Amino acid sequence: MTTGEHDYDDIPGTYVFDFDKSHQGFHLNMFCMSLLKPENREAFLADEKACLKRFPMTDEQRQAVMDRDWLGMIKLGGNIYYTSKIAATDGKSFQYVAGKMCGMSQDEYARMMLNGGRSPDGNRRKSEWQEGDH
Amino acid sequence: MARILAGVGTSHVPAIGAALDSGKADEPYWQPVFAGYKKSKQWLKEVHPDVVILVYNDHANAFGLDVVPTFALGIADEYPPADEGWGPRPVPVVKGHSKLARHLGTSLIFDHFDMAIVNQMVVDHGLTVPLSLMCGQPREWPFKVVPLCVNVVQYPPPTGARCFELGRAIRKAVEAYDEDLKVVVFGTGGMSHQLHGERAGIINREWDTRFLDDLSADPLRLTKIPHIEYIRETGAEGVETVMWLIMRGALDDQVKEVHRHYHVPASNTALGHIILENL
Repeated sequence: MTTGEHDYDDIPGTYVFDFDKSHQGFHLNMFCMSLLKPENREAFLADEKACLKRFPMTDEQRQAVMDRDWLGMIKLGGNIYYTSKIAATDGKSFQYVAGKMCGMSQDEYARMMLNGGRSPDGNRRKSEWQEGDH
Repeated sequence: MARILAGVGTSHVPAIGAALDSGKADEPYWQPVFAGYKKSKQWLKEVHPDVVILVYNDHANAFGLDVVPTFALGIADEYPPADEGWGPRPVPVVKGHSKLARHLGTSLIFDHFDMAIVNQMVVDHGLTVPLSLMCGQPREWPFKVVPLCVNVVQYPPPTGARCFELGRAIRKAVEAYDEDLKVVVFGTGGMSHQLHGERAGIINREWDTRFLDDLSADPLRLTKIPHIEYIRETGAEGVETVMWLIMRGALDDQVKEVHRHYHVPASNTALGHIILENL
């Protein structure tokens, strides 16, 4: 699935949207982009399954969309600028989605940002996350 | 002769547009964001540019993944605001300066920058939020815009060095344009932010501050920063700060910093803003 090692593979909790990811997530992302049109947003909200059927993505990708598994979508090749259009369709904010991806409530996430955000210290390399505390 | 008077760097967070459009600019959360642009608005009024060359990135609104141009230059007469999934922003249609843009495109391609050329596109918050921050809420934007769209969504974006060189080529092209035009270049996006994954929310104030310092003190250092450093230190989406280097490349070697603003947070992002004048 990937074409080799990258210098960014060592960064924890980060899924760089490179050509491999773009190739993997193409149909998922183009589905997300279809939600730019109000009529497609309505059609999606009315019948998610039928709407997703029209895009030749994997069943796993479809399930991740229906589950609103935001991190799962990213791991399956979704790009945040695309998947956030599902959030917009749901009336959810970017902070809600970001919080979900790092296992925080929207309030906790918002508070972290108000306190200056997540420090890069302890978050630069995967080895720093092995303690499981980040 | 057309000439470039100054450069503006600014973040282009979508929530800023939403806050302004829904009348929340005076709320305690947003007030410090907008306060840092009060002087900038006055400054821009006094400079009164005819054209702004606005470097930004599209966020899956004009361009999908079917075709991803690394550098795309708009040569249209106008650009409507995009519906990004919640309806278009209630801001004026952006008027292009097609003649200058066509001249730029020709000059850049003969200068070995193989631009994609765009005759029709909608413009998203990447372009309209900087206009709102710098101009407020006018009935019409007070200058024409040449949009220069850079891919920073699909890795790899162009290198900082290449962006800087493109800035230099833009300057050469502007100075070869024989109509008297006052031009300001905006470099937008950034600064620290990561919007996805378990590491979302990264903010690196120290790194951002050094970047802002060196825009005037040592811009050549900035052109050597590899993508991995932007991603590791400022978040995966923070790499879009390379776009500021197109703006910087279009200015004199020596510039004067006339204004700076830095605030955390604007939604998920460290908001950075700077104004640099040619001496």
